[in-house]
Amino acid sequence: MSKAFTPTAARPGVITANDLREGHNLWMCDAGWTPDPAQATLFEDEAIAELALLKAIGQSNLVVGAYLVEARRGPNGPEPTHFREAFRQTGPSNYFHGIQAQKAEAANV
Amino acid sequence: MFDVRPVETDYVRHRAAQFRAQVARRLDGSLTEDEFRPLRLMNGVYLQLHAYMLRVAIPYGTISPDQMRMLAHLAQHYDKGYGHWTTRQNIQFNWPKLVDIPDMLDLLASVGMHAIQTSGNTIRNVTTDAFAGAAADEFADPRPYAELLRSWSTDHAEFQFLPRKFKIAITGAARDRALVAAHDIGLRLIQRDGATGFEVWVGGGLGRTPMLGQVIRDFLPEEDLLPYIEAIIATYNLSGRRDNKYKARIKITVAERGLDVFKAETEEEFLRRRRDFHGADRDALAVFARRFTPPAFRNAPATGYEAERQANPAFRSWTDTNLHPHRVDGYSSVIVTFKAAGATPGDASAGQMRLLADLAETYGHGDLRISHDQNVVLPHVHKSDLPALYLALRGAGLATANAGLTSDIIACPGMDYCTLATARSIPIAQEIADHFRAVGLEEEIGKLNIRISGCINACGHHHLGHIGILGLDRAGVENYQITLGGDGYDIPAIGQRAGAGFPAEEVVPAIDRLLRAYLELREDASERFIDAYRRLGPAPFKAALYPEVAHA
Repeated sequence: MSKAFTPTAARPGVITANDLREGHNLWMCDAGWTPDPAQATLFEDEAIAELALLKAIGQSNLVVGAYLVEARRGPNGPEPTHFREAFRQTGPSNYFHGIQAQKAEAANV
Repeated sequence: MFDVRPVETDYVRHRAAQFRAQVARRLDGSLTEDEFRPLRLMNGVYLQLHAYMLRVAIPYGTISPDQMRMLAHLAQHYDKGYGHWTTRQNIQFNWPKLVDIPDMLDLLASVGMHAIQTSGNTIRNVTTDAFAGAAADEFADPRPYAELLRSWSTDHAEFQFLPRKFKIAITGAARDRALVAAHDIGLRLIQRDGATGFEVWVGGGLGRTPMLGQVIRDFLPEEDLLPYIEAIIATYNLSGRRDNKYKARIKITVAERGLDVFKAETEEEFLRRRRDFHGADRDALAVFARRFTPPAFRNAPATGYEAERQANPAFRSWTDTNLHPHRVDGYSSVIVTFKAAGATPGDASAGQMRLLADLAETYGHGDLRISHDQNVVLPHVHKSDLPALYLALRGAGLATANAGLTSDIIACPGMDYCTLATARSIPIAQEIADHFRAVGLEEEIGKLNIRISGCINACGHHHLGHIGILGLDRAGVENYQITLGGDGYDIPAIGQRAGAGFPAEEVVPAIDRLLRAYLELREDASERFIDAYRRLGPAPFKAALYPEVAHA
């Protein structure tokens, strides 16, 4: 599964987890954690990524279930390479809930 | 051993308070996630694809109007306005916050509900026929026994760390609607020489290694129920594999060691265990039996029922499909399907839950059931009340006349919610239902069980579907395998894989070819898809699914 992924320059990755208190999906960014996957830090170096993952796991007072997963560089930030991560970055397909709804709400503010 | 707790609600409240303290310790850093995970799972709290999920037990699918209203309250205030009926007669909330779950458990405890043993390697919710106590073909009401098993298995010290999860189903009817053959232990109430007892099945299950159970005891006197079940599970607890979780279910234990060996060990253990039962279980059963006395049925004519059937084709159509024969003249059991056009199979809004609670009180002797096919049953409705009930249901989008038909699909949450899933289930279910409604073939096709799972763990019971669909990840793309010939009811059977999987967009065309072929092949409209499949074998159906191969 994606949890054993190790990034390289050719196959970069991001670190993702869930918010401990509320459960929603988060991505590691330069400033900490963000609910916007496009803001995620893209790791291209195995050692740096592994160190960052250790740091993420160490932040167990904030997040739960941190793992590294493949992503590609897109025009607006990292993009998912697998449909599972694409769903995590959007929300369920049967209701307009999850991140898609959060984004729409933020855009309307 | 068996002890009855004097005040069970006190115990449930205590457990809720305990979990509140555990959450507090997790949040303040006293507990790591590794330490906390088994504690939250013991209380039904999972971490899913987008959020936490709370699975609440609905013992044997029986729920009171007040409990239903509490589920509605939780859906409205702690989720996004809905809950999801599971294939094990429970409910799941998809969006609770961890910090809110202690409050949710307190509220559940206030109506005698909880999430204990809805996860983990324990004895899970005991399931039964959704028409228990009502069905015309029922020999004896299984619910007192189900309650005895629930009470006995809740927090049973010996069985908190089984090799793997453990599921028991029980039925008291001639037609098995509890899927007895597909459970770790299945129980059929039977009568022999004037005595009541059980036909005991063991070693059934779906998942990655689907197997039908085998009969370990063809007649178990009913007074021996608990010591015998305890003997089976104690035997499994010792001999079940713990080295490989994929080989840890009792079905593998029985298959690897042989039914004869397993039975011999169980019978030996049973003799020892029986000595420790001194009648508390019998006393408890007598108390539980009084909880399930039949309601005060009305002896009244079904005034207006037939006239409304003649006058209103939509009502007639609904009564043709969504009623189940009741053992009392003048009554029917009503199936309220949660499979309307565009609906997610098994999703109920807070408003729908409240309406059902009200309708159960007005028309249904205050009784509600969650069925394993993700619908709700009002088991006792007098036929003279059916026109009014129908109108009330229709106003809430709950009067779809499709029980047991093509669009009454069982579907697990799949990759729209579940972290174990390998593909989505819900959109496939919706597309199939929409398609057959649009082409107007649902009525013509008649009785058909389509079952969809989003991974090999088979929560959507795809192996038991006349047509089963299994969603997989094939090289980073959702792909769907089709199985044919499964049956959970009349002649239990595991469906067989038809051939190569289909990309998502080709599933509906494939099912369309399959069902049009069935319509051509069947002898007449009374021959269901599964009957035609049994008569003809898989070849003509595979040819319809894979026309290119057939013509090559």
